[in-house]
Amino acid sequence: MRFIEDLTRTWTTLRTDMRSVAIGAALATTAVLPGSALVGLSEVRAEGGTVKVVMHSALRNLDPILVNSHITRNHAYLIYDVLIAQDDQFRPQPQMASWTISPDGKVYTFTLRDGLKFHDGAAVTAADAVASLQRWGSKDTGGRMLFSETASLEAKDDKTIVWTLKKPFPALLGVLSKMSTVPAFIMPARLAKTPASEAIPQHIGSGPFRFVDAEFQPGVKSVYQKFKDYVPRSEAPSWLAGGKVAKVDRVEWITMPDSLTAINALSAGEIDYIEMPPADLLPVMANNPDIVVEKRDTIGYQFIARMNFKNPPFDNVKIRQAALRALGQEELLKIAIGDPEYYKPCGAIFGCNAPYASSVGAETLTSGGDPKGAKKLLDEAGYDGKPIVVFKASDLPVLAAPNDAGVQALRRAGFKVDVKELDFQTRTIRLTSMKPVSEGGWNMFFSSFHVLDINSPLYSNLLDARGDQGYLGWPNDPELEAMRRAFAEASTAEAQKDVAARIQKHVMENVTYVPLGNWFNPQARSRKLTGMIPGPVTVFWNLEKAR
Amino acid sequence: MTGYFIRRVLAIVPVMAIVVVCVFLLLRLTPGDPAAILAGDTATAEQLERIRQSLGLADSLPVQFARWLGLLAQGDFGTSLISGSPVTGMIAQRIWPTLNIAILTLILTIAIAVPLGVIAAWRHRTWADYAVMSFSVLGFSVPVFVIGYTFILVFSLELRWLPVQGYVAPTQDFGQFIVRAILPCLALATVFIALIARMTRTSMLEVLGEDFIRTARAKGIKESWVLFRHALRNAAVPILTIIGTGFALLIGGAVVTESVFNIPGIGRLTVDAILARDYPVIQAMTLLTSGIYVLINLLIDLSYAFIDPRIRY
Repeated sequence: MRFIEDLTRTWTTLRTDMRSVAIGAALATTAVLPGSALVGLSEVRAEGGTVKVVMHSALRNLDPILVNSHITRNHAYLIYDVLIAQDDQFRPQPQMASWTISPDGKVYTFTLRDGLKFHDGAAVTAADAVASLQRWGSKDTGGRMLFSETASLEAKDDKTIVWTLKKPFPALLGVLSKMSTVPAFIMPARLAKTPASEAIPQHIGSGPFRFVDAEFQPGVKSVYQKFKDYVPRSEAPSWLAGGKVAKVDRVEWITMPDSLTAINALSAGEIDYIEMPPADLLPVMANNPDIVVEKRDTIGYQFIARMNFKNPPFDNVKIRQAALRALGQEELLKIAIGDPEYYKPCGAIFGCNAPYASSVGAETLTSGGDPKGAKKLLDEAGYDGKPIVVFKASDLPVLAAPNDAGVQALRRAGFKVDVKELDFQTRTIRLTSMKPVSEGGWNMFFSSFHVLDINSPLYSNLLDARGDQGYLGWPNDPELEAMRRAFAEASTAEAQKDVAARIQKHVMENVTYVPLGNWFNPQARSRKLTGMIPGPVTVFWNLEKAR
Repeated sequence: MTGYFIRRVLAIVPVMAIVVVCVFLLLRLTPGDPAAILAGDTATAEQLERIRQSLGLADSLPVQFARWLGLLAQGDFGTSLISGSPVTGMIAQRIWPTLNIAILTLILTIAIAVPLGVIAAWRHRTWADYAVMSFSVLGFSVPVFVIGYTFILVFSLELRWLPVQGYVAPTQDFGQFIVRAILPCLALATVFIALIARMTRTSMLEVLGEDFIRTARAKGIKESWVLFRHALRNAAVPILTIIGTGFALLIGGAVVTESVFNIPGIGRLTVDAILARDYPVIQAMTLLTSGIYVLINLLIDLSYAFIDPRIRY
């Protein structure tokens, strides 16, 4: 023991000496040694400086309307602004514009606030907003529904937008302020007139940061500089609402394909923040006093299982119900996430920390599953034992693990399962096939959605029940579609909650999809970084970095 | 020699033509749809079709091929389907980190591996030989990512001598380039040092047994002169071949090292493009890599004549 203690002491001394030599050398020849060696000599909290971050994936496409990925959405929140935004109570608040509603609920008038400028110096006008909303409305699920009820959308003058509806659509503000893919970002009309099937040629917004085109390397690095002419609102920031005060001069997104490299870089002070460190590497950072690991997004993600309604056996509701009964959330979450700090069983199709949370019909899911009940249902339905084909995204551990756990549960209940291992992108492509299994089609897949993307019947793709026109799995369910319309027309929050509860019951009975519990991604930041706004979307206003 | 050179250069044309056709057809015959990746899983069939049309993917294969050939004839690799950026620009951004790291690795490798191999052969069946061979087996057996992580742990996180990751162009800051390139180059070089040291030893052992070496020693020539001037030059052909192939491998296949040390090179560009079915980028990268292999093989063949005067074309 003594020998080991001596050895440890000697190593520590040696290491300290070596660090001193390195710092000395760095001071003498600053051009040669990395800046990281100098960090920590003095810390002054001040505005300005550069924040270097590793986001959850690589940024390649910059058009937030053409592409519905979260990484492009987060990029867009830096450079674009929105007319209205939601606060931490999911309430729409004025951002670029305030609004009034006519007594009959059919005319919404938005007035742009003073001082709004695009990054090219041009003033933001109502015509820019109208063109942007039209492009958004041609792509977004909620936007499409809103525009189907729109009689006209016009710029009355430079500052006034008049939105006239065919009939009252009380959910307008909720849809317009939606936080996740796809938010209604405002861009110059000349860019917004690009068809939604083509990428915009320039990236000019009116947000608190401007995009530095010259430094963009697709899949490698993107850079944002503080937009000095941005006039933030005076209210305190709350999620995506309130004052967006850019306190740092520059934000650099650096793509690191290897998570361990990102964690090492954070430990060495080379970067300041990792948006989504993998759960299995958290212990590497646990004892580092310079790093804060935290759960800033309390809304989180939801694992789901989706069945293909076009192919047997899941065209039979009893067999879908058997699959639901076979699955238990706790086991699946434990295998997929591990640490109970970062998961929560939840039977609500709209997410548990969201306004329309209800667990009706999810009792077996949240109490560990019911394989016996599932077997009984399979017998009653006359399941022929033909293997169901599950498309698994093998290259993404966060999707592969729940897939494995779910498949195990299905097999335990008597399903025969044929798992096709695919990379995520290939799976994305192959899932669009409506063909029978014998021709390359599929029966089931496991996935994960952020609750922001599914917390309303208006824009949850999983509730799109228009058959072939709808989302993967293609349920054709006119009753569910009628309920979604009823939700859109509900005039009070109470009425909306009632419809949402009916939708929950209907979805669970028909097994439109299976909610498999919530999970929350930990985030890691340098202790030097403060003021990050807690919320379901990572934003870079308000934060400061000690120097 | 001139005639041989011209024949070899002309032979590149049909080789590259075959590569062009194969690359295009293989990609198009492999299941995949970049439009579906771009549109995401929430796109309607109509939206997907519009995106396919705007990307030119709805056209027939001959039309797409003719369009690509037209662009190639103008020295243009087209535009990335995913990012919308010109492919030539993307490659120009990404090839320099790969080339610079490869060149530095190669210099490091030759500087260490060749003397090691010569010493191992010279001191055949002594501790020096066994030490070089043991290192060779170890260096060749340990995966490059393990070596990389170990270097990061020791030199970056514990000693804090070198940064964990990143790349700075030598034209921007040569000191920072060297500082950031040391670990990835060492990690990459370990494998190649092992390989080339072993090859040098084997080649040298054959030559050191030749009569002319005995004659040189009998004439009283200095041992170092015998080893490096007489023996190594005669043993150089297989060494040069493996160095050339290694350089081509470094350019095309350093994706693991690029990931571990976060170097934005062409290895990562290629893998990302393949996963996203970004046809223009994959096509360009395959052509480029094939071209590099062809060129390096040509240079190796030509260099034989300079190293060994007995070789004539």
